[in-house]
Amino acid sequence: MIPLSWYLTLAAALFCVGLYGVLARKNAVAILMGIELMLNAVNINLVAFWHYLTPAVSSGQMFAIVVFAVAAAEAAVGLALIISIYRRRQSVVAEEMDLMKW
Amino acid sequence: MTALQIIFLIAAAATLISGLMVVTARNLVHAALWLIAALFSVAILFVLLEAGFLAAVQVVLYIGAIAILIIFAIMLTRRVMQDTGPQTNQQWWVGAIIAVALFAALFVVLQQVVYPEVTTAIPPDSLKALGNSFVDPNQYMLPFELASVLLLAAMIGAIAVAGDKK
Repeated sequence: MIPLSWYLTLAAALFCVGLYGVLARKNAVAILMGIELMLNAVNINLVAFWHYLTPAVSSGQMFAIVVFAVAAAEAAVGLALIISIYRRRQSVVAEEMDLMKW
Repeated sequence: MTALQIIFLIAAAATLISGLMVVTARNLVHAALWLIAALFSVAILFVLLEAGFLAAVQVVLYIGAIAILIIFAIMLTRRVMQDTGPQTNQQWWVGAIIAVALFAALFVVLQQVVYPEVTTAIPPDSLKALGNSFVDPNQYMLPFELASVLLLAAMIGAIAVAGDKK
């Protein structure tokens, strides 16, 4: 039997790895990859709590599926924004995006 | 150490090592491939948690759609000399300190929680109940429809933002 605390610790570690990716990377697409890691950590947490606490109710899996849909929508819009910025500025380095309008 | 625990430790190690390679890889395409490995390890964890439908959705949706979209975006935003030079900004050590401190705080809290006992087993028709909960007006039909509208809005927004303006 795998204890619940193992899943929660793994999700916390994965979340912190994604957080480092968001805070420390230059490229905007690499920042988005860190955000996807953080969302996966949240999904592991949700499904672990569903499995160990309320397996008879389908709320836990439903919550995880809504997180999937929101992550897909956010990745699509974020990548469209990055492509649009690249067309204007020829760069996707996050530090160089320092003007609101030029 | 039961067999399930060994499988969990292997999948957890694969997830964390792939995640670390995603955030430290110098070449962005390599980072995207390590992301695919991390997402697949999370799908293995979903199978261990007896959520088979979520494991299949993870593979089809995250790996088959989102990771491919990320690789598209990497290919469309490459410059010739982009993979040389440091891939981390100047404050990467602040990010590392914050991440390690957050993990230490979460670990301390998780050690002190009293975990409740597992009492109920997963009902054998949990997938059917999940499907019913999608379309039952008393359960989760409204979030289901809202997720559809959100995806439609995201698609229209992405086309409007990134489309050719000719």
